[in-house]
Amino acid sequence: MAGQDKKQDISELTKREYKYGFTTDIEADVLPKGLNEGTVRAIGAKKNEPDYMLEFRLAAYRQWLTMKHPDWAHLKIEPIDFQDITYYSAPKKQEKLQSIDEVPPEILKTFEKLGIPLMEQKRLSNVAVDAVFDSVSVATTHQKKLAKQGIIFCSISEALRTHPELVKKYLGSVVPITDNFYAALNSAVFSDGSFVYIPPDTKCPMELSTYFRINTEGAGQFERTLIICDKNSSVSYIEGCTAPSFDTRQLHAAIVELVALDNADIKYSTVQNWFAGDPETGKGGIYNFVVKRGKCLGVNSKISWTQIETGSAITWKYPSCVLVGDGSQGEFYSVALTTGHQQADTGTRMIHIGKNTRSVIISKGISADVASNAYRGLVKVASVAEGARNYTQCDSMLVGDKCSAHTFPYIEVGNENAQVEHEASTSKISEEQLLYFQQRGIGKEEAIRTILNGFCKDVFNQLPMEFAVEAQKLLALKLEHSVG
Amino acid sequence: MLEIKELRAGYGEAEILKGISLTVKPGEIHGIMGPNGHGKSTMSKILIGHPAYTVTGGGVTFNGKNLLEMPPEKRALEGMFLAYQYPVEIPGVNNAEFLRMAYNEKRKHEKLEPVDPLDFDELLNAKMKFLNMDSRFKERAVNEGFSGGEKKKNEILQMALLEPKVAILDEIDSGLDIDALKVVAEGVNKLAGPGNSLLIITHYPRILQYIKPHHVHVLIRGNIVRSGGMDLAEELETTGYDSYLKGK
Repeated sequence: MAGQDKKQDISELTKREYKYGFTTDIEADVLPKGLNEGTVRAIGAKKNEPDYMLEFRLAAYRQWLTMKHPDWAHLKIEPIDFQDITYYSAPKKQEKLQSIDEVPPEILKTFEKLGIPLMEQKRLSNVAVDAVFDSVSVATTHQKKLAKQGIIFCSISEALRTHPELVKKYLGSVVPITDNFYAALNSAVFSDGSFVYIPPDTKCPMELSTYFRINTEGAGQFERTLIICDKNSSVSYIEGCTAPSFDTRQLHAAIVELVALDNADIKYSTVQNWFAGDPETGKGGIYNFVVKRGKCLGVNSKISWTQIETGSAITWKYPSCVLVGDGSQGEFYSVALTTGHQQADTGTRMIHIGKNTRSVIISKGISADVASNAYRGLVKVASVAEGARNYTQCDSMLVGDKCSAHTFPYIEVGNENAQVEHEASTSKISEEQLLYFQQRGIGKEEAIRTILNGFCKDVFNQLPMEFAVEAQKLLALKLEHSVG
Repeated sequence: MLEIKELRAGYGEAEILKGISLTVKPGEIHGIMGPNGHGKSTMSKILIGHPAYTVTGGGVTFNGKNLLEMPPEKRALEGMFLAYQYPVEIPGVNNAEFLRMAYNEKRKHEKLEPVDPLDFDELLNAKMKFLNMDSRFKERAVNEGFSGGEKKKNEILQMALLEPKVAILDEIDSGLDIDALKVVAEGVNKLAGPGNSLLIITHYPRILQYIKPHHVHVLIRGNIVRSGGMDLAEELETTGYDSYLKGK
């Protein structure tokens, strides 16, 4: 009797629907599949970019040609045919849009369906949104209001033209084109993304947000985000993502670069729910290979990454902090959930260079069904980083007995005064725990939700309020049928 | 209130309960006694709907309804409560929140409005005072790091909040020193009334001196081999189970 119940629960899982799996029927301007120097030039030309950008792209492309696909992650990746990917896909439009009212209605509807209203009257009042559809940014809300305070929030394509001095100075300064295979690839073909600049002595009055949507089948999304927070300023930035359910793999290889100057404070939150592929067969889904790195350049600056990773067939990313300024701080709070056939190899790198730099890593991995979840983290203390401190806590939770969790901590300490702490635990949601809830009249679903929230509390607390609620719901939804 | 008829049940291939019949009326206290490994705990697990145990025959009626058809949470909402022998630890989940969640599920079942955290806190404080419990209980994760005695008190606290119709106390005295036992027993006695019933599962007769049963049953090898009153418990205190175990 019991065995049957469990099987039923697990088969339920295969029927679980990915809510965002629809496609939008819109005429697109698509480059043919394949990658060569011509593709790189064509992207630059389509976007009407200045020459300095084309040089940047070509240098990156030539670099990429010399590099090999990395294979060190704890992931099973089917070989990717980089000639079978569409590197540019944009909704067709004639001219640059003057206002959001000119955004094609199909696209507005798409974002509305995703819960991201872009129209003036329905807009989220305390969140400014840059909406990226396939390869390009289609709308940025609240731009004028922010401009009054000198805050620049626009698509990166726009910034290339309007603020070349900032882009030239900082693009590639945190993640150089030579950094790794995907960094080079992204630098060559990135099509759009968001750009943020917060001027000195400014606290950004609202949350800034980018919402990424992949729509075209076979299209890769290579976006690029650059956030610069000048002296004594602060900003909180949120990233959300979804994609339609296609049977074929799609590649998402983004770069996010953050720069914090003296006393600046950047908080970057991600709720990632890309299509994970078919939960039973593992077919389709997004390959989410992202390079995210922040540089605390100034004294007492702070960069904090919070990520809730629930989607994608494979998640492979390590949002990191390079703590250059004395007294600077890096934080990494992560919940990575893998169900079905999902795989994740995620974590962070904290590089301590300045004196009295501090970092905190809180990682919560949840694995269910036949999924695999790995934490990989590096804490490196340079010999000059006098008084550096790190605290790492790395917890894994297993749901069922066919999934796996792995922890790969790397600690390299070059300064004898550094304090580095690492704690790790592995736990399971047991049948006995669920029964205990049920025996007190609380249903299984609510029990799972409660246990997970308890497990992820330290991370959820870091998220902006409404996103924390979303994240809780998302986790519960994803795991609903995974516990037998 | 609770009627167990010819109940046969087991774990995996093994049949542990071999045709138990027992009728519990409102207000009655029953003691189920027997050596370890003879089916006492299995009986409690079957009654709450533990998914790893399988019913192979017979039936159980609870308030006129077929208990065995209900999922575990439904049984609880209908008024079936088990005070665990080994309460389960749930790290990360705040005890007070857990208690409020359970309390509100019951209110929802009774078509009443949920109680907000402040009102619940008052209610909880009153119940805890009644059981002589430290307020630190509220702040901690459910049963995590609790001593044996604290866990048992926490079980009785839940019973006090949920006011079940039938409460099964599984080895409630194990791990308790004599003072803690007195407090727990006193709490249970205050909760016992004409409208609800208690099933006290115990290896040792000691607890039955504090919570006096109306009926005592001896469970050996999956069968109730003898039933009686308080005198039977007293007899077992001196003779033990040996005579039952020798005779087949």
